[in-house]
Amino acid sequence: MSSCLKDRGIPHVVLERGRIAHSWREERWDSLRLLTPNWQNGFRDRPYTGDDPDGFMTASELADRIEDYAEFVDAPVIEDCAVTKLSHSGHQYCVETEKGEWRSLAVVLAHGASRLPWIPPIDSALRNSIRTYSPLDYRSPEDLPDGPVLMVGASATGIQLAAEIHAAGRPVTISVGEHVRMPRTYRGRDIQWWLAETGLLNETWLEIDDLQRARRVPSPQIIGNDSGTSLDLNSLTDASVELVGRCAGFNDPNIQFSGSLKNNCKLADLKMNRLLNSIDEWVTEGGRDSEFSSSHRYDATRVPETPPLLKNVSQFASIVWATGFKPDLSWLEVDGILDRKGRLKHEGGVIQPGLYVLGLTFLRRRKSSFIVGAKDDCEDLTLDLTKYLDS
Amino acid sequence: MSDSNVNNGVNVGALLAARDALNESPEGAKFNWRASCKWINGTHSKSSVKGYHGLGGEQNHKTEFNFDVDHPEVFAAEDNGATPVEYVLVGLASCLTAGVASVAQNRDIQLKSVEAKLEGEMDILGILGGDSDVRNGFENIKVTFDIDADASQEDIEALVAQSQKRSAVYDILTNPTNVSVEVK
Repeated sequence: MSSCLKDRGIPHVVLERGRIAHSWREERWDSLRLLTPNWQNGFRDRPYTGDDPDGFMTASELADRIEDYAEFVDAPVIEDCAVTKLSHSGHQYCVETEKGEWRSLAVVLAHGASRLPWIPPIDSALRNSIRTYSPLDYRSPEDLPDGPVLMVGASATGIQLAAEIHAAGRPVTISVGEHVRMPRTYRGRDIQWWLAETGLLNETWLEIDDLQRARRVPSPQIIGNDSGTSLDLNSLTDASVELVGRCAGFNDPNIQFSGSLKNNCKLADLKMNRLLNSIDEWVTEGGRDSEFSSSHRYDATRVPETPPLLKNVSQFASIVWATGFKPDLSWLEVDGILDRKGRLKHEGGVIQPGLYVLGLTFLRRRKSSFIVGAKDDCEDLTLDLTKYLDS
Repeated sequence: MSDSNVNNGVNVGALLAARDALNESPEGAKFNWRASCKWINGTHSKSSVKGYHGLGGEQNHKTEFNFDVDHPEVFAAEDNGATPVEYVLVGLASCLTAGVASVAQNRDIQLKSVEAKLEGEMDILGILGGDSDVRNGFENIKVTFDIDADASQEDIEALVAQSQKRSAVYDILTNPTNVSVEVK
């Protein structure tokens, strides 16, 4: 965004609560790699030119690249400057920070969608009996007490942590609700290549049927690894991780799981196959079948015939809530910008005149929350912002 | 879907409009469903439904619906009606079937016939108090749909999966619900 503003000669500052790329340095688990391959992780005017385009960079490599980019575009970043309050009066925004107060005509929120873990309300009752963790507290399996772990959530975070913790000798049970199953590779290409090439990543917020649903879709079950192998519920089952249904409640001493596991897995298999069908159709319509290995389908998710519905909390040594993230909006004191559920209201990133947000899921495009998605969204919002300042 | 030739008798347009309207005024979405029950004799009782609350006010069915409920003769009862657990199967069957019709309408799929068979496995040592390791309720419920429609097998499976995802009774059966029972 800073590079876009600079191109148009719009004076600005970039406020960072810690060091540049703070959250990528400080708030990710040790083994985390990006879900998108390196070739896809370029910045505006600065594509990836490293020697491993098909690899997956670690969080700290990305942080280094963000720092390098800040230097490349000479971004006016002020570090260690947490914003404590944003308010609005007249035509001005007032940004209060640890390093004083700014007044500006426009503000762009690039504070991230994942600042806080979303933790279900039963956590407070469970804490009397067991240690609970969020992915933001977690760095490596050794952080958890010895003994069995209940991993709640089976999206990208949940399945990755379940595999890693189980492999480190702490037996894992994973509670599986609605999820998005996606293979790492298909017909010889990375799934992200297909999503980009078929135009899905560029689909805009105005083109899809149910935007609210698209913005709530959990992250797909994929992992960034160099072997190209998929990590899914079947590979967890092969590693003898136990699958149970969505965590539905806690009736001391029993943790309750929904009996809907089979349907949630069926829905995810059907949706994955619809995606693969659409890829096959795209290939055939383009007359490009010979360019790729042949079409195939992955095994249906194997689900135990009668997964347990109750587990005594004493069977576990810890619980990890991989139940999603949410942004921290507590510092926003601008009237009328949150909906009745406390979520930011915006139209393609425009919250209200002069106030913008970036980086949320499906903000303007399917790729909005990807590194590669920032460029187009920033250019669009800069257009809007320029018009606003000129008006 | 007004330009569609598909007609399963479900007014999807009205349902989608209601969803949007209720998102704007969520109080109207709070429903209160009611049933009342009167003991007749033995295990025979008569339940009825008529009024309910929703859309911000009191509502009524067009007529009062009555249900005889009893247990069969193998339970040493008079068999004046279906058993309560059979009503649960009835509720699930009709809820999923209504869902199939609605989702099919929304997805432009013409249904020709929809039949469902339901089976609930139960070990009655649970309700008889004969074995504390046996639960009272169903151990397992199996629903088998036989659907004839202008759609691929995969699309039909997706209909059935989506109808489970949006079904009230499916949710009631698969997830715990707080139940409070009081005596006046």
